[in-house]
Amino acid sequence: MVRQAQMQLLSSFENIEIADGMLQELCNSAAVEEETAYWVGMALREALANAIKHGNKLNPEKRVHVLVRIVPGEELCIEVEDEGEGFAPSDVVDPTSPENLLRESGRGIFYIRHFMDAVSFSPGERGGTRVALIKKLPKVEQGGLDEEHS
Amino acid sequence: MKSTVRDHGDVRVLDLEGKITIGSGDVQLRQLVEESLQGGRTKILLNLKGVTHIDSSGIGEMVGCFTTVARRGGAMKLVNLPAKINDLLQVTQLITVFDVFDNEGEALASFSA
Repeated sequence: MVRQAQMQLLSSFENIEIADGMLQELCNSAAVEEETAYWVGMALREALANAIKHGNKLNPEKRVHVLVRIVPGEELCIEVEDEGEGFAPSDVVDPTSPENLLRESGRGIFYIRHFMDAVSFSPGERGGTRVALIKKLPKVEQGGLDEEHS
Repeated sequence: MKSTVRDHGDVRVLDLEGKITIGSGDVQLRQLVEESLQGGRTKILLNLKGVTHIDSSGIGEMVGCFTTVARRGGAMKLVNLPAKINDLLQVTQLITVFDVFDNEGEALASFSA
């Protein structure tokens, strides 16, 4: 059974906890492995932090739109969209190169790409940036998940 | 994030618990290290045993504290890294930057080596 949840968050870092809590509940209900759920949660946290800080620039009147969709045995998809002025991911430097190793910032997108299987950036419907994250999930044995939730 | 401050000889030990994440624990960590430096403590050991979550801001703050302490002629080291924090330091190659120890005794001794 497909699980889906949608949220609109005000541009405050405290709200990252609420979104990750929602993701973890959804993962739990879809029997996503704990380890996978943790790292996907980390990717969501980084995407939200970017949307709030760099997208909406902490403007309390702007929102962040979050969509999580889990297809058990197939994939977990997350979309995060801000209401900012757009963002060019090509500007991101490689944090592992020696000259960047001691930089205090610039690791968020690197972590997102590391923990997810596919990451794409596109212009959002509201003028900001939409980032789509995909994590492939292992196949569910026939009947396993349905029995747990029947 | 919760924190406890202990002194072992001239080493300041900061026991950290909970989340070191954007907008909360990251700022607290910087304040704790700044306060230590202002009090003349330049040998700092971060005990990360109780840390459940850290994000790129928390990692960035650790890097910032590391360079600040080094610039003041001191050293900041890490002990009791949870596996997930170890993973995060590995993938960004920061594990090569920090001195990391598995137990506090070895970590404390390293400051006088």
